Amino acid sequence: MTRSLSRLMPVFATTAVFLAGFLICSLAYPNFASLRVVMNLLTDNAFLGIVAVGMTFVIISGGIDLSVGSVIGFTTVFLALAIERWGVPPFAAFLVILLLCAAFGAAMGATIQYFELPPFIVTLAGMFLARGLSFLMSTDSIPITADLYSNLSDHAIRLGGGARFTVPAMVMLAIVAAGMALLHLTRFGANVYALGGSRTATGLMGINVARTTVLIYTLSSVLAGLSGIVFSLYTSSGYSLSAVGVELDAIAAVVIGGTLLSGGYGFVFGSFLGVLIQGLIQTYISFDGSLSSWWAKIATGFLLFTFIAFQQITLHMARRSRLRPAGVAQP
Amino acid sequence: MALRLPRIGTSQVAALILVLLANWMVSPQFFDFHIRDGRVFGSVIDVLNRGAPVALLSIGMVLVIAMRGIDLSVGAVMAICGAIAASLADSHTLPVVLAAALGAGLLCGLWNGLLVAVLGIQPIVATLILMVAGRGIAQLITEGRIVTFSSPDLAFLGGSGSVLGLPTPVVLTFGMLALTLLIVRGTALGLMIEATGGNPRASALAGIGTKLITVAVYMWSGLCAALAGIVAAADILGADANNAGLWLELDAILAVVIGGTSLFGGRFSVVLAVVGALIIQAMNTGILLSGFPPETNLVVKAVVVLAVLLAQSPRVAGHFAGLGVLLNRSRS
Repeated sequence: MTRSLSRLMPVFATTAVFLAGFLICSLAYPNFASLRVVMNLLTDNAFLGIVAVGMTFVIISGGIDLSVGSVIGFTTVFLALAIERWGVPPFAAFLVILLLCAAFGAAMGATIQYFELPPFIVTLAGMFLARGLSFLMSTDSIPITADLYSNLSDHAIRLGGGARFTVPAMVMLAIVAAGMALLHLTRFGANVYALGGSRTATGLMGINVARTTVLIYTLSSVLAGLSGIVFSLYTSSGYSLSAVGVELDAIAAVVIGGTLLSGGYGFVFGSFLGVLIQGLIQTYISFDGSLSSWWAKIATGFLLFTFIAFQQITLHMARRSRLRPAGVAQP
Repeated sequence: MALRLPRIGTSQVAALILVLLANWMVSPQFFDFHIRDGRVFGSVIDVLNRGAPVALLSIGMVLVIAMRGIDLSVGAVMAICGAIAASLADSHTLPVVLAAALGAGLLCGLWNGLLVAVLGIQPIVATLILMVAGRGIAQLITEGRIVTFSSPDLAFLGGSGSVLGLPTPVVLTFGMLALTLLIVRGTALGLMIEATGGNPRASALAGIGTKLITVAVYMWSGLCAALAGIVAAADILGADANNAGLWLELDAILAVVIGGTSLFGGRFSVVLAVVGALIIQAMNTGILLSGFPPETNLVVKAVVVLAVLLAQSPRVAGHFAGLGVLLNRSRS
């Protein structure tokens, strides 16, 4: 990790916004600054955090994945049917759905790579397909009553003051840590950055572009599947309309986290903070009680605008001082 | 892209005819028409009427995509403009209501256009801001309620009103289509839009005001979305900020792609985009008529998108086309 400090600026900015937001909330509501609120923040946003890690990889590589919300919905319905109706043991069902998601992501990645189609429209088709298939399986909300589910939701590390470090929160933190290691410490991670910089140059460097592209979308779909498992643990049910629009929340979190949508630049930790900032807005609104939920949307939109404007200005200044970071050329 | 012959769009028209024939097979009275109270009724008219909002959106979207942009905010803009129209309808005259709603649409388009053209933000991100915040703004206008109105003037613009025997939304759509065609194909503007989409830098060097054209095209998309929002509100005599135009931006993009306009910019057909919107609506109606569960709708849509995509794919379209796209990409 020998990056210069200026490259980490966007992450510092996101951290500062998160800390400032938390301070404002704590000043407004004395009960806010407690371990319990922080732990709930992690638990309530666990599924979004996991998806955002996968989305970070996709966006750094210069792509986009609109299918993740539908894949989460598909996963919850599949798990509910498999466990409740078909009598599959939960862990076997987890394995099967992760394999299905891997195949789905690989198919999307291969379509993007081999037919030279824009990721936006291919994953849009994937979004329709996954949502449509979950409608076909069942349109009911199916409760999951397996022992494992009640055990897992009881299984939490109690930290005092009513704070519970739950399984979804643990899974998310583990995925964020693993995502950071994968992106910053491995050759695959370096290839992802290279791909976002320039596909042609990456190919000329001798990197296997096709394999990397397929792997990136596979990773995103597998993480969406894992997020679906966590989501079904969190709600103890499966419903074909669950997680509608989560792809937008995930993209917003990644952008707020300082990742460039043109690719080549970004951090997993920033996306994690982006998720927490969105969660913070929701928590503030529920603490306030009088504010309506639509303020959350307006606040998120405003944050998006601020961060993107900030990025544009930083890019502009970087260009002027000829310290151009690799791979920020406009497409 | 030196050779740009006018595209005939045989495959799109053939696809529409195929879908309509399939509808006729599942429902033999599909092509029946009745004239009652000076109005034409029938399933085909129904397809046109219900397809009007997406067709209107696709008229604006096709120009944006021709410039290698994308407008994700149109669904949210529909919600905003519908909310404005519905809240003003009972207290103001129709011209005021229309001016306010259409003005709001133009303003939304101006915001998107400025972000893209002046700040240089990627279109997907720039319009994502309004897509996320827009629905919140619409809810702010309706104060979170479903606003209803009883003004017959505004209701006339919905499916219950009729002009020359056709539902008003259909007439509005064709009017907007004719106006757009007149502007982009009657002048050199269409060529400039294609040039900007093909290579913005070269177009700017050739003396085209690319920034101005970009802003104008996003404003036109906002105007089309406003009109679609007014029609949707007039249809149900109310505005639902949560659901009006929800996910219609995706249908509009789909309509444009089915219409053969490339997402890489540089060429477009407004008429075929509308044909694409009608194909989507005819499929929806067909699935309803056939008695299949409406759940199959999304799966059918996904299969159609994939089929259209693969047909458009440079790899499939042939060696030469693929080479052209590669050359264009490496040039830009």
